[in-house]
Amino acid sequence: MDLFEYQGKELFARVGVKVPRGRMATTTAEAWSAAAELGGRVVVKAQVQVGGRGKAGGIKLAEGPDEAAARASEILGMDIKGHVVHRLWIEQASEIAAEYYASFTLDRAAKKHLALVSAKGGMDIEAVAAESPEALARLHIDPVIGLTNWQASELVYRAGLDRATARKSAAALRSLYDAFVSLDCDLVEVNPLILTGEGEILALDAKVTLDSNAFFRHPDFESFREAFTVDPIEAMARERDLNFIKLDGSVGIIGNGAGLVMSTLDLVSLVGGSASNFLDVGGGAGEETMKSALEVLTHDPSVRVVLINIFGGITRCDQVTGGIIEAARILDLPWPLVVRLDGTNAEQARVMLAEVASDRIVPAATMREAAEKAVALAGEG
Amino acid sequence: MAIFVDESTRLVVQGLTGSQGRFHGFRNRAYGTNLVAGVTPGKGGTDLGGVPIFDTVSEAVEATGANTAMTFVPPAFAADGILEAAAAEGIRLIVAITEGIPAQDEARVYNYIQQTSRTPLIGPNCPGLISPGKCNVGITPGEITMAGPVGVVSRSGTLTYQAIHELTMRGLGQSTSVGIGGDPVPGTTFVDVLERFEADPETKAVVLIGEIGGSAEEEAADFIRENLSKPVIGYVAGFTAPPGKKMGHAGAIISGSSGTAAAKKEALENAGVTVVDDPTLIGEAVADRMRHLTSDV
Repeated sequence: MDLFEYQGKELFARVGVKVPRGRMATTTAEAWSAAAELGGRVVVKAQVQVGGRGKAGGIKLAEGPDEAAARASEILGMDIKGHVVHRLWIEQASEIAAEYYASFTLDRAAKKHLALVSAKGGMDIEAVAAESPEALARLHIDPVIGLTNWQASELVYRAGLDRATARKSAAALRSLYDAFVSLDCDLVEVNPLILTGEGEILALDAKVTLDSNAFFRHPDFESFREAFTVDPIEAMARERDLNFIKLDGSVGIIGNGAGLVMSTLDLVSLVGGSASNFLDVGGGAGEETMKSALEVLTHDPSVRVVLINIFGGITRCDQVTGGIIEAARILDLPWPLVVRLDGTNAEQARVMLAEVASDRIVPAATMREAAEKAVALAGEG
Repeated sequence: MAIFVDESTRLVVQGLTGSQGRFHGFRNRAYGTNLVAGVTPGKGGTDLGGVPIFDTVSEAVEATGANTAMTFVPPAFAADGILEAAAAEGIRLIVAITEGIPAQDEARVYNYIQQTSRTPLIGPNCPGLISPGKCNVGITPGEITMAGPVGVVSRSGTLTYQAIHELTMRGLGQSTSVGIGGDPVPGTTFVDVLERFEADPETKAVVLIGEIGGSAEEEAADFIRENLSKPVIGYVAGFTAPPGKKMGHAGAIISGSSGTAAAKKEALENAGVTVVDDPTLIGEAVADRMRHLTSDV
């Protein structure tokens, strides 16, 4: 789960990573109070999950509360690359002596943690990596041992950070790494990590991606979700433990297993159609899950036909079919269904389907045939 | 021959007394797998359907000669379960089915095992593996498989079944089908499995099923180009998947590629892999490459 900057900074502060003092605001009045409370010069920052907000005018300096409120009214509601600003982060302005870049993530190929540190912070780090790779220090960290003191210093010197404040930078890197591990993050990225005029190291930005698989260790992290504007259908699907993503087309897709569902989307596109969603019912889906999934799709007006593609492993095709037939009976489904099933108990399922086959429930023998029939029924292709 | 599991496999299931472990453990036994023990702390000394239950993996190994452990332990305890199996002398393969293990746990477990017992680990978050006619460890439906010369390796669960199904429909049996799982730190990679398929005389061709994200397919492509003498047929899922909300830049800097399906397909094709864009064409593509194989001889 990708956090907003203010959420990342809240977590940073909790585990001892130094950040400027700040307050979240959703209205100009809140922005005024935040600036008054913080005192002095502040920065008003749009909270959007997209890069380049500074260039887009989403980050402004303000001298005192009145100016902060004025800047807030300009930024709130602003559209930054398709992201509308609903929240602001107001923080004490920092005096910047140097801007660094630091990140910790998992290098999937090496299967170790990877630290990336550069003295060229505050700019597009992908461009730095491409144009002057030597400016980006990389170091693998053994997850069993963690980032050691010597590695933190090594990173500081190799990246060319200010030598006079090297101990503080190394300590900052260690505390960022501790945050990365103790908060179960997939990514911690700070750009810029700054050296202030007073020689302090502060995280001026925070890109934090949390691993939702680890939420059982951090039950309070669930509440971060409340800040995200989610599609109401996505929210409904989540409540039902269905993995749903809204897409732009008109063919509704229900399948079991992320790979099979992705493959079904691809096939629909290959035969000239486009999917209106990704919906994975997961392993072991029974009647109720299938009914529930179909009900979710009835709330999406862009759906014109629904393609159900099930390959039974744990999932039993006869149970799935029972759910489909039951849903069709009680839900008054507004669109036809194309159904393809294989695997565990598929024979029984096909007999069940054949009995109810009509222009509303259309059986298909293969994935390809199912995709073709669905796209034809959607009036695409 | 087959790879990883065969008639010599003696299986201990961690979490055999739970609902999932029980269902699949006994399904594996019904297939013909030699299920010798279950482990559930606190239930040692009991018996489930004729299978003795032990408190610890090492006790199970000592009493029954178990050599393969399958983990059905819930995510919060799975990392510990895998470490326990790795520490048990005599366990030569661990298959972790559990889905939802935190990535930090997976990274620690993987590296720790590499530094200690070096026991091969398949998964986590995988369907397991099957050597048709010999042994099934995991949740692959045995009925759709048949014994034969095609090795299958896949990051996806149900898509693996789809691939097996296409092969079986065409009369192309499988030597072993290995689901390596889609998690960020899989214990076994495409490369590990390809290496074993190359060395297995019974495997004549390989089907590789990839998906978007990471760079495992690109690494597999490099390995295939340099080391594989057997034909490989590939499929990559996710061409039309919506681009994820990628926030940080570190991932792209590490892999140097976007992890897109198109990039993976291209890398595999450049390594001589026949990549189909429709999973229902997998069987035909394998038959085609194998025909050329026999005509070459």
